[in-house]
Amino acid sequence: MSIVHLLSGKRRLWKFHGGIHVPDEKALSNACAIATMPLPKRLVIPLQQHIGAPARPLIKVGDGVLKGQTIAEPSGFISAPVHASSSGTVVAIESHPVAHPSGLSAVCAIIEPDGKDAWSELPPPLPDYPQLDPALIRERIRWAGVVGMGGAAFPTAVKLSPGIERTIQTLVINGAECEPYITCDDRLMRERAAHILEGVRIMHHLLGVAEVLIGIEDNKPEAIAAMRLALADTDMGSYTEVVSIPTLYPSGGEKQLIRILTGKEVPTKGIPAQVGIVCQNVGSAAAVADAVLEGKPLISRVITVTGRAIKHPRNLEVPIGTRAEDLIAHCDGYQEAPRKLVCGGPMMGFELKQPSVPVTKSTNCLLALTAVESPDPEPALACIRCGRCAEACPAKLLPQQMYWYARSKDLDRIQDYNLFDCIECGCCAQVCPSHIPLVQYYRYAKTEIWAREQERKKSELARTRHAARQARLERQEKERQARLRKQKAALAAKQPDGAEGADTKKAAIEAARQRAAAKKAATQTQAT
Amino acid sequence: MKSTIVSSPHVPRINRVDQIMLQVLLALVPGIAAMTWFFGWGVLINVVLAVTFAVTAEAAVMVLRGRPPLVAVGDLSAVVTAVLFAIAVPPTLPWWLTLLGILFAIVLVKQLYGGMGYNPFNPAMAAYVFLLISYPVAMTTWLAPSMLAEHSFSFMESLRAILTGVLPPGLDWDGVSSATPLDEMRGKLDLDMTIAEIRQSPLWGSFGGRGWEWVGNWFLLGGLYLLWRRVITWHIPVSMLTGLLVCAGIFWVLDPQTHPFPAFHLFSGAAILGAFFIATDPVTACTTKRGQVIFGALIGVAVYVIRSWGGYPDAVAFAVLLMNIAAPTIDYYTQPRVFGHGGERG
Ligand code: SF4
Ligand code: SF4
Repeated sequence: MSIVHLLSGKRRLWKFHGGIHVPDEKALSNACAIATMPLPKRLVIPLQQHIGAPARPLIKVGDGVLKGQTIAEPSGFISAPVHASSSGTVVAIESHPVAHPSGLSAVCAIIEPDGKDAWSELPPPLPDYPQLDPALIRERIRWAGVVGMGGAAFPTAVKLSPGIERTIQTLVINGAECEPYITCDDRLMRERAAHILEGVRIMHHLLGVAEVLIGIEDNKPEAIAAMRLALADTDMGSYTEVVSIPTLYPSGGEKQLIRILTGKEVPTKGIPAQVGIVCQNVGSAAAVADAVLEGKPLISRVITVTGRAIKHPRNLEVPIGTRAEDLIAHCDGYQEAPRKLVCGGPMMGFELKQPSVPVTKSTNCLLALTAVESPDPEPALACIRCGRCAEACPAKLLPQQMYWYARSKDLDRIQDYNLFDCIECGCCAQVCPSHIPLVQYYRYAKTEIWAREQERKKSELARTRHAARQARLERQEKERQARLRKQKAALAAKQPDGAEGADTKKAAIEAARQRAAAKKAATQTQAT
Repeated sequence: MKSTIVSSPHVPRINRVDQIMLQVLLALVPGIAAMTWFFGWGVLINVVLAVTFAVTAEAAVMVLRGRPPLVAVGDLSAVVTAVLFAIAVPPTLPWWLTLLGILFAIVLVKQLYGGMGYNPFNPAMAAYVFLLISYPVAMTTWLAPSMLAEHSFSFMESLRAILTGVLPPGLDWDGVSSATPLDEMRGKLDLDMTIAEIRQSPLWGSFGGRGWEWVGNWFLLGGLYLLWRRVITWHIPVSMLTGLLVCAGIFWVLDPQTHPFPAFHLFSGAAILGAFFIATDPVTACTTKRGQVIFGALIGVAVYVIRSWGGYPDAVAFAVLLMNIAAPTIDYYTQPRVFGHGGERG
C-alpha cells in the first residue's frame, strides 16, 4: 500500500488497460425488487448447465419427481448435478433448444409441474460447519450443484477444493456487474446482503484465506451501502472489505476485477489460483449459503428481464428451466416489437433464436432490445488502422491485427497476436469507427482453430488406425501364405502314398458314425 | 424480429469514420481561413477544385470496381485528402496540376492499392511530391503574404490565374511571388550569410516568415481541437515536433550564426500541419502507441535533415512518405505486452 493510501485510509486500486464507458441502462430495472416468478406450466431443465463433464440422467420419462430431487448426477470431478426445480412428472427427455451462442440444442428433462411444489427430502442444514470436516461441506456444495452464476458456470465446489487452498491468499467476490442493463446482482446485494455474507464466510472458511475483497462498481451505491451495513453486523470485518471500484466496462471480468483489487495479473491461459486468488460471484455465494445452511440445492436464481421492448422490466427469482417466453409473458409482454432477444448482457450476451430456451443456472439477464437500442450495425467499412480498438482492449491486444489475419484466414499468425487471450468483451467492436464486427471474426477464428485441432487429432487417429490395419492385413496375408505353403508341402509329402490316404478316409467315416451314435444315445437319455 | 443473427456487442456503435473525417475537416478551418487571409482566394479555389476532382475520381473508380460509390465517398476520406493536398500546393497552381495531383492521389496511391485503409502511402503527400518533382517551378511559386504583397488578388483575379494562368494586367509572376521563408533561409545560408543578416529582411516575423508563422498557429489550434476531441492522440504530433526541435536545438546551440532558432523550424513550412494532420493519418502511420512515438520522432528528425541538407527546402512530405515505408516494421517490433504475459506490475 502506498503512503497516500495509508494516510487516506483508502484501499489502493489498480487500473486495467482500456475499457469503455457505456450507458449503463440500469435504471430500467434497478428499482424493481426481486419478485418470485410463479411456477410455469412446463419446465425445461438442461442436463448440462456447467463447464465440464455432462451430468448423467437419473430419471425416465413418466417418473414423478419432487422439488429438489437430483435428476442428473455429476460424471466427473469437474461436473455438477442438476435438480428438479419443482415437483411434477417427467414428460420427456429430449433435445431442446438451449441458451447457446450458436443456437444449439441439448438434452433437457421436460417436467410438467403438478402445482404442489412439494419438496423432496433434503439433507440437514449444517449451521455448525466450522466444526465439521471441510470435505463434508465441499461435498454438500457439490451436491447442491452450485456453479459460477456470473456466466461461466464453472462448478463452485471445484474452485473451493483442496490442492489449491494452500496457496490462496485472497478470495475475491465479484459484485461488479459491469454489463449494462443487468441489475440482478445489484438487487441481490441490496436485499440479501447478510445471506451473501454467510456464503462468503463459508467460502472463507473452506479456503482459509487471509483476505476477502468484495468488488462493486460505484454505480451501485445502494448495494455498496447494504453490503457494508450487513458486514458491520458480522464478525467478518477483520478480513473482509467491501470495495467500491470505478464504473468502467469490463471491470467485472474475472481477470480485470482481480487486477483492479489486487494489482495482480492472472497469467494468460492460467487461472486466478496461480496468483493466489479465487474469484466467486455474489450469486454463487448466496447459493453456497442456501446449500450449507438450509440444505437446499440450486434450483432457482435471480434474473433481470429488461430492455425497452419489455412492458414491465423486472428482477425475478425464477425456477431453473423456465422458458424465456414465460418470463416475458410474466413481465406483461412487449410494449414494442423487439429487434432481438438477448441472453446475457448487451456487450457479451448472444441473440436467442427461439424464445423457448430455458433459464439455466448461469443466465443472469434476458434482454428484449428495440431497434433503437440495438440498431443493426451499418455495413462495415475497411479498417482505417486508427487504433481505437487497441486503446479500448482490456486484454491489451491488437484487435486490428487479429482482424487482419482472421480475414485472411491466417490462423497461425493470428495466434501470434494472442487470439486466445481475447475475452470477447466487445470493447473493440463498440469503438470501431468502421463498424467492423470484430468479435464475430475472433469467434470465427477460434472455432476454426479448434476445428483444425480436432481435425488434426482425428486424422492422426485415422492414420494410426490405417497403419495398424495395414500391418494386420499384411500379417494375415503372410500367415495365410505360410499356411498355404505348409499345406502344400504336407500334401506333396502325402500324395505318393495312396493307401494311407484311403485309410485316413475310412478312419474319418468311422469316427463320424461313432459321434452320431453317441449323440442319439444322449438325446434318448435326456428324453427319459 | 428479424432473423439475421448479429454478434455481440448489441449496443449502438459510438464512432463513425465520416464523423472522424468531419472533425478533421473542421479542425482545418482556422488554418485554411488564415491561409486565405494571407495568400488570397486562390487557397479556397484550390480547395474547392481539389475536393470536386477527388469526389468525382473516387466515385468513378468505385463504379468501375462495381462498388456502391456513395459509401466510399460518404466516408469523407477523399475530401480530407483533397483538402490537405490543396493547402499544401501554391495558391495559384494551374487547375490542371491540381487535377493531375488528385488523380495521382486517389486513383494510383489510394485505389490501386485497394482503397480506403489499404494504401501504404499518404495519398496527399505522395501527390504533392510527385508534382514537386515533375513541375518544380509551378509547385514553388508562392504568392507573397498579404502584408508584403503590392497587389492583393481579388477573387476573379485568383480564379483567372488558376484557370488560365493569366495575371492581372501589369503584373508578372516575379513581381507577385516571393520565396517561402524556408527557401529564403536556405538560399541565404547557402550564400554564407549569417542568421542575423538574413533576418534583416522585411520577410521575417517573430518566429518565422511573416504571415506564415500565423498560419502555423492556426493549424496548431485545429490540432489541439483534434486532441481535445480525441480524434488523434498526442503521440505522433508531440514526438514529431520534439524530434524536429531537438535536432534544431542541438545545431542552434552549436552554432547559432548559421542555424536558425528552433522555433523557426516549428513555424515554417508544413511542420505544424504535418504533425497534427498529415503524419497522424491512421491508415499510413503506426498503430501501436510506442510505435507512434518512434514514427513521429523519426519524421521530425528526417524533416530537419532534409530541410538542412536535402535538395528541397521543405521536407514534411518526403519525411512522412519515408516513414510510411517503415511503419509496418516499427509496428511489428513495438507490440504491446499482452495482459497476463508477465512483465511490469503495479
Ligand atoms: S477501431 Fe476499427 S478501424 Fe480502427 S483500427 Fe480497430 S479495427 Fe481498424
Ligand atoms: S473482444 Fe477481445 S480483442 Fe476485442 S477488446 Fe475485448 S478482449 Fe480485446
